[in-house]
Amino acid sequence: MNRRIVLHKKKKTSCSDKIFVVLNTVFMIILVIFTLYPVLNTLVVSLNDGTDALRGGLYLWPRKWTLQNYITVIQKNNLIIGAYISVARTVLGTLLALSANALLAFIVSRKRFLFKKQLSLFWVITMYVNGGLIPTFLLYKSLGLTNSFYVYIIPGMLGAFNMLVIRTYMAGIPDSLEESAQLDGAGYMTVFVKIISPLCKPVYATVALFIAVGHWNSWFDAMLYNRMSSNLTTLQYELMKLLSSVTNQSTSVEAMKNAASSVTPTSVRAAATILTMLPIVCLYPFLQRYFVTGLTIGGVKE
Amino acid sequence: MSTSVKVKEKREKINWKEVKKQKVLLIWSAVFVIYGTIFCYLPLFGWLMAFQNYKPKDGFIHSTFVGMAKFKQLFLDDGFIRVIRNTLAMGVINLVSTFVMAIVFAILLNEVKSRGGKKMVQTISYLPHFLSWIIVTCILHDALSSTGIINELLMKFHVLEDPLNFFAYPKYFWWIVAFANVWKETGWNAIIYLSAITAIDTTLYEAAAIDGAGRWGRIKYITLPGIKPTIMILLLMNVGNVLNAGFEVQYLLGNGLVQSVSQTIDIYVLKWGISQADYSIGTAAGIFKSIVSIILIVIANQMAKRAGEERLF
Repeated sequence: MNRRIVLHKKKKTSCSDKIFVVLNTVFMIILVIFTLYPVLNTLVVSLNDGTDALRGGLYLWPRKWTLQNYITVIQKNNLIIGAYISVARTVLGTLLALSANALLAFIVSRKRFLFKKQLSLFWVITMYVNGGLIPTFLLYKSLGLTNSFYVYIIPGMLGAFNMLVIRTYMAGIPDSLEESAQLDGAGYMTVFVKIISPLCKPVYATVALFIAVGHWNSWFDAMLYNRMSSNLTTLQYELMKLLSSVTNQSTSVEAMKNAASSVTPTSVRAAATILTMLPIVCLYPFLQRYFVTGLTIGGVKE
Repeated sequence: MSTSVKVKEKREKINWKEVKKQKVLLIWSAVFVIYGTIFCYLPLFGWLMAFQNYKPKDGFIHSTFVGMAKFKQLFLDDGFIRVIRNTLAMGVINLVSTFVMAIVFAILLNEVKSRGGKKMVQTISYLPHFLSWIIVTCILHDALSSTGIINELLMKFHVLEDPLNFFAYPKYFWWIVAFANVWKETGWNAIIYLSAITAIDTTLYEAAAIDGAGRWGRIKYITLPGIKPTIMILLLMNVGNVLNAGFEVQYLLGNGLVQSVSQTIDIYVLKWGISQADYSIGTAAGIFKSIVSIILIVIANQMAKRAGEERLF
């Protein structure tokens, strides 16, 4: 890498190279604006007076500052319940799913394990074949998983993809560690908990991030299985209801007439959107190096 | 003969010793197999419904078998044919656009020399991937609404005289979906290509530079061939997923006005299966989708094999 840079400096950059650099930089800047602007604009709308925002023309800075939208959001009971359930399912679901996937990956990555191949195949098949929406729905219903919190956690606990990512990582750990521990009398569970798992921290972080984001962002299961129980709603599902309530309002003029207070459905929704994305936005930059490596080993090698 | 028996005996003996040693592993495997059987394999029996006139009150045993009648009904339904068209069209448009964008982005980002800039652009590019489709559609709705930024820009440059409601016209829908997918996944999909690019031997670039290759030459003759295996394997994985390309975004963005182009197979299944409680027709549609997906994967795999590229399985 360094040698390459030195080489570039030694050679005089040609004219076409200069044009390339300029164009490339412009492209990257446009891309960054393109990615960030919509999010930033939502933030601006959420901090602006709702009725005022209907006039349009809000770009990078709020015209009439207010926190009223956020206050309205945190006073909504269903959003509070949704937040509570979302946090609960993310924490519990991630812990359980990570432990289960890790244990399964540990088992299938033991070189001496008798049914190594069969057990792997059993799970790999599930990546390509599944019953589909309706049989799954009926199964959950007959298992009593509908209208319960467990439907968020139990069915999706094990996933072949996540398991394979961990397995690939574990396969790279030398066997001698396990063997020497076993000579000292350690059983498989001790090896798993005390020896392999500490070495797998990076890949555990990756998979935990994947699972946690999935939990935090999912809304379809809440709609499909727990629509009847308003105390089991999730944050994203509540946001989705806000979305459809806004789109069903035929024109913004009508909304303006209806708006007696300074908040509008659009501005409240913007505030709820910002609050919902906040935890992820704050977290993901710090986990970057984990998911980059995780995705690389999981995506290319199977 | 006798030696082979001996070997067999020996192996059997080792096996029993191993079984005892691996007791914990075996118990946990059994737990996982039971779990997998219930949640991943048991729903497959539900496919029976597609060949029955399934009534929830009769169950599998007492519902009457109707053979392929439900599939026939499905293919005689214009709505279903349209839904297949929509799914395929959006699947292909999404696949091509996200694929090309990710590769272009990865290659160009790799050419950025400032380390800090590269890192920053990359971090920002991941952001949309972590947002849910709900949030993305909220943002998209705001941007494309009559007072949104897109309309304002178009009016400022006199492309439009009056604000246009993009969600009211079927002709825009597929492209809005493709745009949303590109916005959300370009940075994320580029990760794998970027790591493939860093794995390319840097001496190749040096040699090319000495031979007088410019930027374009280096990209064309070194970078692209270097990541070709990665491109191929990801293309394979994605071809199998073409029919999975549409549920959330179409469901959230669709409305009555664009129904004819927005509905996908998954939405059809949801509509018939859950809302109308016609489980048989919904399951039949689901089976059709699964089988086509598997066929696509196998074909793509065979083609890769013939071309001498890496394969999935």
